[in-house]
Amino acid sequence: MPDIQAVGRQLVKDLKKYRADYIEARLEESQRSHITYRGRELESVGQSTAVGGNIRALVKGGWGFTSFNELSDLPSRVELAVKQAKLVGKEESRLASVEPAVDTVASEKDSPLTISLSEKKQLLDEYNDIIWRTPRLQTSVIGYADSHKKTIFLNSAGSYIQQQRTDITLRLSAVAAGDGEVQQAGLSLGSRGDFSSIKGLHQEVAEMAKNAVALLSAPQVKGGEYTVVLDPVLAGVFVHEAFGHLSEADFVYENERLRQVMVLGRKFGRPELNIVDSAALPGLRGSYKYDDEGVPAKKTYLIKEGKLVGRLHSRETAARMNEKPTGNARAINYSFPPIVRMTNTYIEPGAASFEEIIADIKEGVYAKNWFGGTTSMEMFTFSAGEAYMIRNGKLAEALRPVVLTGNVFTTLNNIDAIGNDLDMNQGGGCGKAGQMPLPVSNGSPHIRIRKCLVGGS
Amino acid sequence: MEEILAKAKKVAEAAEVFLLSSEETPLQFEANRLKSIQTKQSTHLALRIIKEGRLGYATTTEPTARQGLVDSAVETARFGMPAKFELPSPTTYPKVDTLDPAVESTPLEKMSRLGEELIAIITEHTPDIICEAMVAKETISLKLINSRDGQASYKKSIFSLGIIGSLIRDTDMLFVGEGQSSGHPITQPKEIARVVLNQLELAKNQASAPTRELPVIFTPRGVVSAFIPSLMMAFNGKTVLEGASPIGNKLGKKVFDQKISLWDDPTIAYRPHSRPCDDEGVASQRTPLIEQGKVASFLYDLQTAALANTRSTGSGRRGGGLPVPSASTIIIAPDKTPFDDMVSDMKEGLVIEQLMGAEQGNILGGDFSGNVLLGYKVESGKIVGRVKNTMVSGNVYQALREVTAIGSQAEWVGGMVSTPPIYCPRLSVASKG
Repeated sequence: MPDIQAVGRQLVKDLKKYRADYIEARLEESQRSHITYRGRELESVGQSTAVGGNIRALVKGGWGFTSFNELSDLPSRVELAVKQAKLVGKEESRLASVEPAVDTVASEKDSPLTISLSEKKQLLDEYNDIIWRTPRLQTSVIGYADSHKKTIFLNSAGSYIQQQRTDITLRLSAVAAGDGEVQQAGLSLGSRGDFSSIKGLHQEVAEMAKNAVALLSAPQVKGGEYTVVLDPVLAGVFVHEAFGHLSEADFVYENERLRQVMVLGRKFGRPELNIVDSAALPGLRGSYKYDDEGVPAKKTYLIKEGKLVGRLHSRETAARMNEKPTGNARAINYSFPPIVRMTNTYIEPGAASFEEIIADIKEGVYAKNWFGGTTSMEMFTFSAGEAYMIRNGKLAEALRPVVLTGNVFTTLNNIDAIGNDLDMNQGGGCGKAGQMPLPVSNGSPHIRIRKCLVGGS
Repeated sequence: MEEILAKAKKVAEAAEVFLLSSEETPLQFEANRLKSIQTKQSTHLALRIIKEGRLGYATTTEPTARQGLVDSAVETARFGMPAKFELPSPTTYPKVDTLDPAVESTPLEKMSRLGEELIAIITEHTPDIICEAMVAKETISLKLINSRDGQASYKKSIFSLGIIGSLIRDTDMLFVGEGQSSGHPITQPKEIARVVLNQLELAKNQASAPTRELPVIFTPRGVVSAFIPSLMMAFNGKTVLEGASPIGNKLGKKVFDQKISLWDDPTIAYRPHSRPCDDEGVASQRTPLIEQGKVASFLYDLQTAALANTRSTGSGRRGGGLPVPSASTIIIAPDKTPFDDMVSDMKEGLVIEQLMGAEQGNILGGDFSGNVLLGYKVESGKIVGRVKNTMVSGNVYQALREVTAIGSQAEWVGGMVSTPPIYCPRLSVASKG
């Protein structure tokens, strides 16, 4: 492998030879391994290595970007990025000012590096055995992947930051079939480099498999408006989709109408509602010390006491909106430029217990776990992996998985109870502008939403 | 590549080296103006071996990697799945046109002008719309060699043009958009602009939808967002082999409306997924999936075909990992009903252009349930306006069992799927009005 340290030190000198308002480079080397099972059998096991980098240049407000696997002849790549930026730039370059940093950040935990493939496989074998002990199962899928990444970030202002991170994901699903019907249940887990956090989940895996079979005989909910209670996992997806994306400043900063709608101080929810994004929390999948523009991570309140108080920024969006940078510019890997992204996003806990939250619901839906979620800013959908009717304050019959939808300008205000049981889900991956899946975590306590639209029969 | 193959042959019974390199140049427009120009060069080298009957697999981005790659593949082969297939020996491939050198030589200035022209047409129609657009050219080169002397290589060009416009009026947001990809340069923006302007016209007024069953017309883009993800999973030979496909045991049986015929055809020239052979070196072919409502076949790669006692349909595709069965270019045959006749036939119903989140439910079982991101209300045979805060739910197999009509005109959606509109007699609708 080429030594990215040496390449980085040379690049520091090369950058000085080119004229642009700003130039940065990211160099990256990574190792990955993956193991997948389909049905009873191991389907695929593989290992990969990658080395690559990119150069990004800013000239008169226009960006040029080149990415590459070939690390030779980088001066010509810098030249190309600058030339492209010049072709684009017709206005003034604006970047929020950030102190240049020189720093080295080691992985907090990197156990996948020292654990052998056979040990990883053994854990998955155990989980697969458990899944297959469930009667009436048709098939199952297990996907495990880990990656260890070293990056060097450097820029024309003098920053030189080396960071390492290790990421683990494990997704399991069980599929049951009968009478021409197919149902599935899944479990998504992840960790910032700590293999032990995906161990010991035998009980959860067994429950997941049983759920898939139980869904075959579950009815579909009747479509319409319901009072809905979300578990911490699904409420985490909800906060990510319903509000997180809208708070990403790159959607807002050049859209005058949207800036008026998303004005700081606007009321979105009740006074009990607080929403935070923070890469500065230690040890979660969305955590880091510096973002991919070399900006230190911080905790940002998006909603405080029901009101919009902040948003997520890159250096450019912060400068153009006259706000402070938040360290939210992230790229999925070296082949993409950084864009504004979430990190660890959560609803802060309130005081209610789960029993209190459901106590006065006559007819409602309890939705748990997640399949996915997506947003168009104003409207969003998110889908549950499990669902139950709530009748007269008690959990009742199981339902087929439900898809819920909402409108950001009304749904947040319909959250009228917030639980005391905040939990972060590490199994998520976020997609935006072709960059997917980016490691993030989402979290929330149990929440209750009035008048939530549920798709159904 | 030859050197890696030679090293791998020394330690394994069979080996295959796959090299994919690409150079892509996207121009991105934000807030109605050019914002960035990018150039992305990438190299992906993959080694697949069969050692003691088991599959081993390793990849790298470094073309100079040799022994490390072989060692890594050998390590994984200790646990790998037993290989049930033989790598292809030398084969004659169909001639499929995939490369137009005019794509690579399109100057940046011309691409930039194309994006500007497209945005100009849209903003002239609706001055307060904010557009993001992308104009991109890409050249891909693929080569594979294996230990049975099989080899394949081809080059491909892809040119893409796409736009998303957002129109914001206080807290009401409208998103319109269209994108196309082709093996030839796209030289003028009119076709894409026509689709977007039509969306803007139809969405000018707002209409409300009731909560009950309604007839629904899916436009070509609506068909792709609601039905294609489930169907592609169901026709995947791997899903069938596991018994998880709802149509896996229905080969030759009528599952869909007689008016529906659907096939996969990578041999169509100048499409983003056109290719003479798949990623395992198996010749490309047209594979019928639905013939007049009957399930005609499924898509297979080498390993899945061997396990299912059938032949590969040349559908092996690699997304960074081992090949898996995957569709290339999907064609749904048009029938005879013009779109306007479908609308005028409808007393009350919906036209769906984009269903958001439809692929998030139990797509394996064919369920879809999505928010109408872009769709219109039909009253007494006329489109009266846009509907919002509305969900449409159903099951692909129920929805397509009997359809009222299939459109007479197919359109390319994103360059990968060609489909006419489909008119379903009734689907569940839930709406806030």
